[in-house]
Amino acid sequence: MSELQSTSPMIEARALTRHFTSRKQTVEAVRGLDLTVERGELVALLGPNGAGKSTTLRMLTTLIPPTSGTATVAGYDVGRDPREVRRRIGYIGQGNGAGHNQRARDELVSQGLAYGLDRNTARDRAVELAASLGLAELADRKVSTLSGGQRRRLDIAMGLIHGPELLFLDEPSTGLDPQNRANLQEHVVALRERFGTTVVLTTHYLDEADSLAERVVVVDHGTVVADDTPDRLKAVHASDRVVLGFRDHADAACAVRRVATAHPRAAVRHDGTHVYVEMGGGTFAVPALLADLAATGTPTVSVEVARPTLDDVFLNLTGRSLREGTGTDQSTPSETEEVVAA
Amino acid sequence: MSTLTLTRPERVGHPLRDTAIVLGRELKPVLRDPFSVVFSMIQPLFFLALFAPLLSGVTGLGAGSSLQWFVPGIVVMSCLFGASMTGSNLLMEMQTGSHERTLVSPLSRSSLLLGRALKEIVPVVVQAVIVVAVVAPTSFEVHPLGILVGLLMLSVFCVGLGSLSYALALAAKGQDWIFWTVQQTFLFPVLLLAGMLLPIDGGPEWLRTLSKANPLTYIVDAMRGLFAGTYDVGQLLAGTVAALVVCALGLAVGLRSMRAAD
Ligand SMILES: Nc1ncnc2c1ncn2[C@@H]1O[C@H](COP(=O)(O)OP(=O)(O)OP(=O)(O)O)[C@@H](O)[C@H]1O
Ligand SMILES: [Mg+2]
Repeated sequence: MSELQSTSPMIEARALTRHFTSRKQTVEAVRGLDLTVERGELVALLGPNGAGKSTTLRMLTTLIPPTSGTATVAGYDVGRDPREVRRRIGYIGQGNGAGHNQRARDELVSQGLAYGLDRNTARDRAVELAASLGLAELADRKVSTLSGGQRRRLDIAMGLIHGPELLFLDEPSTGLDPQNRANLQEHVVALRERFGTTVVLTTHYLDEADSLAERVVVVDHGTVVADDTPDRLKAVHASDRVVLGFRDHADAACAVRRVATAHPRAAVRHDGTHVYVEMGGGTFAVPALLADLAATGTPTVSVEVARPTLDDVFLNLTGRSLREGTGTDQSTPSETEEVVAA
Repeated sequence: MSTLTLTRPERVGHPLRDTAIVLGRELKPVLRDPFSVVFSMIQPLFFLALFAPLLSGVTGLGAGSSLQWFVPGIVVMSCLFGASMTGSNLLMEMQTGSHERTLVSPLSRSSLLLGRALKEIVPVVVQAVIVVAVVAPTSFEVHPLGILVGLLMLSVFCVGLGSLSYALALAAKGQDWIFWTVQQTFLFPVLLLAGMLLPIDGGPEWLRTLSKANPLTYIVDAMRGLFAGTYDVGQLLAGTVAALVVCALGLAVGLRSMRAAD
């Protein structure tokens, strides 16, 4: 590997664009996406259904050519040197990678051989990965007889078998139970420690992006709409929710005016004996707020501060929720009852 | 090198090694469940049991017994069915995501086709051996050298046909109905016009002309000669050329489709 290649970014995509034409209709799946990923980074691509995440990965893994724009992956141009790119990356697609009439172990070994492992190394790695992904007992079963989650684990094992420099995972944890999701995260972390692997994954699980990735790239309508650490994204794009409880309705009604005056930029409302405040930096503002309320004769009896989640960030950025089924309807029935203007 | 990987780059992407890996992968299900090949033999065995007896009164079957005439045709037929349907496996892999995985791997596009197409030789040999074993105790005369040469020729043909079947699966882009419609539309005319089940010689002029345009006719004729132990150079040459033409054409189309696969 040349000096240039080992210091240049692992991924450099410029104005990456991909259109699909079906039945005379053109879908702009990815529109001018820019993305730079340094060596060793762990990046999560987050976006609603149809945002263009898979299409982006498919371009970066040489599966489909971009309509326009360029991408350099592991030091090589995806259009000019696809084979050089392929031998340096691993890819766990959104579908199932194992052939249905194959045995699980055979697929693992074949995959290892395909990536240049010798037969013994491939066998050893197959045993090692099957054991650590809970597939040891299933290794001799036909893939078609495995459950959805078991197949997904096999996909992951296949993607890890050659310890690639750069690993793409398209919704790796879909269909996994919580224990296996945790197990997957451990594998991704271990892979980085052992091989220094750069990881790019897409996910719908916000907690996964939050706990695993140092960097979250939010994709919507085929472009990057935000790109930062989970904490910074939350700080900038979503506010803390503070819930203050009072002795009675009258106290809460007094307090709501007090809070609104002290924090003119916060969204404040009250409902029964509770006051709801949405504000940036809520965790720091609360102690002073409590002292002030106690001093003015409306002491709080309970307090709750909720940090924003990536879902809040998401809702804020795209107008949609990532949580299945909820859509944009985030309101609770009580919210509409008594909104008190300051 | 900043990253430690298990991959030995110098081994990756060697065309022969790649083809061997793909072929090895394709053969694994057969090795694990040898009975799957035996099950695919049920159909030709039914033809032998229930159709061959009807041929006893038919003229134009040559000098030997009617089985001597019929067996080579039935071997070709079972291979024709198998090789033309083989693309359906790829179709399935295109639907599940398994094909996509191999496209991202460093295996060369050519090996993805060649390894698969070469697999077609295995059912040719296994099925022929079973059919011959079944009929050996009857009036059928076994000429091992002739059978060997015949199977070699048939293998060449099946590699080409299998390759075409894979090209069809790729062209169908994972849509079953396109694949099966084209496969069936092609299969039966080719089968019937090659004179596999009944001799063509007694048929009308136009049918005989069409039959002469079918490369499989020359292979079936050559196989009949070889299985009977009569080595007619002209017939042998025609069969070999037909098999090679189908093989070359099939591989050319198949390789083109696989290289263009996205
Ligand atoms: N082969 C294709 N032909 C036509 N349209 C396509 C094709 N592939 C993707 N699209 C369209 O491009 C858009 C982006 O799709 P993509 O699969 O990249 O989304 P995604 O972000 O991965 O979504 P999900 O979270 O549902 O997996 C969608 O509108 C999709 O319908
Ligand atoms: Mg997707």
